[in-house]
Amino acid sequence: MDLTTALPVLLATAWLLPLGSFALIVLFGPWMGRRGVGAGYLATGAIVVSFVLSLIALLGWLSHHPIADAGHHAAETVEHGHEAAASHAAPAEALKPVAGDWYALGRFGSLAITIGYYIDSLTLVMFTMVTLVASCIHFYSFGYMHEELGIVTDPLVRKANGRLLKRKGRFHRFYQYLSLFCFSMLGLVISGNVAMVFIFWELVGICSYLLIGFYIERKSASNAANKAFIVNRVGDFGMLIGLMVLWSTLGTFSFGGIFEQVRPADAGHELIVPDGMVHAAAADEIEQITLTAATPEEANQAIETATPGWRNAGYGQWLLIIAGLGIFCGCVGKSAQFPLHVWLPDAMEGPTPVSALIHAATMVAAGVYLVGRFYPVFTPEVLLVIAYVGCITLFMAATIAITATDIKRVLAYSTVSQLGYMMLSLGVGGWLAGLFHLITHAFFKSLLFLGSGSVIHACHTNEMPEMGGLRKKMPWTAYTMLTGCLAISGAGIPLLWGLSGFHSKDSILAQLFSFRIQNSVHGNILFWAAAGGAAITACYMFRLWYLTFAGKPRNEHVAQHAHESPAAMVAPLVILAVMAAIAGWKVPFTNVGVDTLIGQSRPVGTELGVGANTAVAVMPAERLSHEKPIHNTVSWIAFFTALAGFLVATVFYGVRRLDPDDVRKTFGPVYTFLCRKWYFDELYQLIFIRPVMVISRAVAAIDKHGLDWLADNSARFVKWISRLDEWIDRLLVDGLVNQIARQTHRLGLALRAVQTGNIRQYVMAIAFCTVTLFVVITLYWSYIMAAGS
Amino acid sequence: MNLLFEPVGLAHYLVVGAILFVTGVVCMATKRNAVGILMGIELVLNGANMNFIAFATPGLRADEGLSLGLDGHMVALFVIVLAAAEAAVGLAIVLSFYYNHLTVDVDEAEELKG
Repeated sequence: MDLTTALPVLLATAWLLPLGSFALIVLFGPWMGRRGVGAGYLATGAIVVSFVLSLIALLGWLSHHPIADAGHHAAETVEHGHEAAASHAAPAEALKPVAGDWYALGRFGSLAITIGYYIDSLTLVMFTMVTLVASCIHFYSFGYMHEELGIVTDPLVRKANGRLLKRKGRFHRFYQYLSLFCFSMLGLVISGNVAMVFIFWELVGICSYLLIGFYIERKSASNAANKAFIVNRVGDFGMLIGLMVLWSTLGTFSFGGIFEQVRPADAGHELIVPDGMVHAAAADEIEQITLTAATPEEANQAIETATPGWRNAGYGQWLLIIAGLGIFCGCVGKSAQFPLHVWLPDAMEGPTPVSALIHAATMVAAGVYLVGRFYPVFTPEVLLVIAYVGCITLFMAATIAITATDIKRVLAYSTVSQLGYMMLSLGVGGWLAGLFHLITHAFFKSLLFLGSGSVIHACHTNEMPEMGGLRKKMPWTAYTMLTGCLAISGAGIPLLWGLSGFHSKDSILAQLFSFRIQNSVHGNILFWAAAGGAAITACYMFRLWYLTFAGKPRNEHVAQHAHESPAAMVAPLVILAVMAAIAGWKVPFTNVGVDTLIGQSRPVGTELGVGANTAVAVMPAERLSHEKPIHNTVSWIAFFTALAGFLVATVFYGVRRLDPDDVRKTFGPVYTFLCRKWYFDELYQLIFIRPVMVISRAVAAIDKHGLDWLADNSARFVKWISRLDEWIDRLLVDGLVNQIARQTHRLGLALRAVQTGNIRQYVMAIAFCTVTLFVVITLYWSYIMAAGS
Repeated sequence: MNLLFEPVGLAHYLVVGAILFVTGVVCMATKRNAVGILMGIELVLNGANMNFIAFATPGLRADEGLSLGLDGHMVALFVIVLAAAEAAVGLAIVLSFYYNHLTVDVDEAEELKG
């Protein structure tokens, strides 16, 4: 079969299988096997088949679009330098995405809402990553959620009578939500237009909401679910604005359509303000032309000739910026970027597999994915905003992660921080580096979360100070997590080889360094913040590992009960550990790797970087960051920052040369500041929640004393009227009817006497009456006749 | 005018019919025996029959010569048939009444008293 027909079919099947599993579990979940265990098998089977199909699709793509040899590539880069771009554009043309529509939902005027697909190597890599991680997590959940198969006693919920809450297990419901999530996430990735992206964007949001609130009886869980949902709405509001701008000025939602207008082929795929936006901004001038022109054709001609002039004068530029910022706003919410990062740490109330799948590997990365997908639309201004938001996020979250003691919260802040890295990378032109980091991060972070889940499963606590010395009790968990820590810190031998994080983080830093060369002020801030962040990353990750696994048990009770997790949980850990190690590598003797594969999908026109001829900032071509001077410097910087972080953690927590408590006392205010998470929750409490509460209290008071009073009194009035009405009804209407009935009855009683039952009397009466009638008619006959005539 | 000295005509028939009718009515009104009442009914019906026959006299009709002039006879025949049917039904009622009350005294039949 042809690739263009095979890919949509394969991916659609992979996409819809979890939906089928969801539907079946919704209908028959509780009756599947013993206590619903069959639901788990069904969902796992569906996602594993999806993974296989995605892998087949990926291999099919590779067989049609082979990746050039590394040597050839490098030679080209070195010899041709900038000029190579022209020859680069040619193969990029050949790698057109497979795009199209399956089904038209509706057409409103010129707006077509369709279910479509847009498949390129990025889509395929995302599909494979999502289904692989999801498969691992489905398996893992058999172990982790095992308790849900029976009657569950929730240790964190007390009923009103002081007893612990006992409830039926919700095993099937967990898998039901997981299936729905997989369907939504895959739908988001395969989407061919922004409207569809938005639909699935909201669907993954609702899945996240449902799964964060899985332990719905816990107040903290339901609060966290609400918080995640509401904070995401803030971002989605911006996204809706972006969508409205795009649609009203470009008249289309499809990726292909938008990119064609923003980077038209006849402008050399350079970012220009599309005609629609120019015309929307120049509405006054157009009105003038239409008023003065003789015929509509003449007016159109005049508008067409004037358009380039308007464009050069900057008309519509702001619309393009608003569109970009709007889309990015949605991504800020979903990817938990500053200032909407507050929901993600709280989302850790959900079961740990959910944290691994949704809040580390896939859903939160969707924002980064969308920024990557929408890359052609972003102007240098927007990219700079993205870079700064990412930079602030990564630095802030990394600092908070140092002081957190809840193992999952450390990982949550680490996720926020890593997402910040990705955003930062995308913002400074590192499209490939950012998306590469997305994939590697998905593996090592889901590994770390599953490892932490394994620890929590064994210790029944999230608090790291309660743990310690667990590496002997649970070696598999300890050493797979160590792999994860090394991967996220970017461990490796500089210039040569390392775990997955080494490759992706190095390329991000290299891109930043290359950015720094061209933009001194922005570059210095962003680069050193990111490098510092890398050091802090290594520091908090090893702090986590040392506190959990190294040293002596701090709580004997916890340590005694700890045990290695069952095989269903260890096997996914091993698979993910392998992936976390090798995801950054190339297939031996070829140049095929995740990065080169994603690189095939680089948006046309961004090969040379963005903003080369603007005063705002120059996002250099990513190829430049591979050049020796930059790459070598950055490799050493990355190595030493990570090493510094590792050494600090080792000194404090590994060998305990220095006591962390001393530092805590010395830097009291700083420590409190970090412990309170930079006071973000308090700040939002003060500037958003409290005013809202005041307003709603006032509204409630008006409601209670104004509207309710009105409603009560009108009700009282109506009651009074109806009482009057009742009185009239009873007295007059009913009285009349009753009186008629009573009189009829009385008459009947009187007439009863006539019916004697004596036949002779009847005969006599008849005879008498007949005779009487006869006599009367005879006597008065003449009168009657006279009256007749 | 004295009927006794007139030749037999319409008036005489009517007088006989009237006597029969009144006799029947008095019979119905005075007899306590149910069979007697049935006999009274027969008399009333036959009194009426006399009238039908009497008025069927050809000289009394406005359409003489145009029709056969047998309508009165026809009705009389119907009444005879009717009377027979009535007698059958009436006797059946009387029998049934007798089974229930062991008497044919109609004064005993007062269940339908109002």
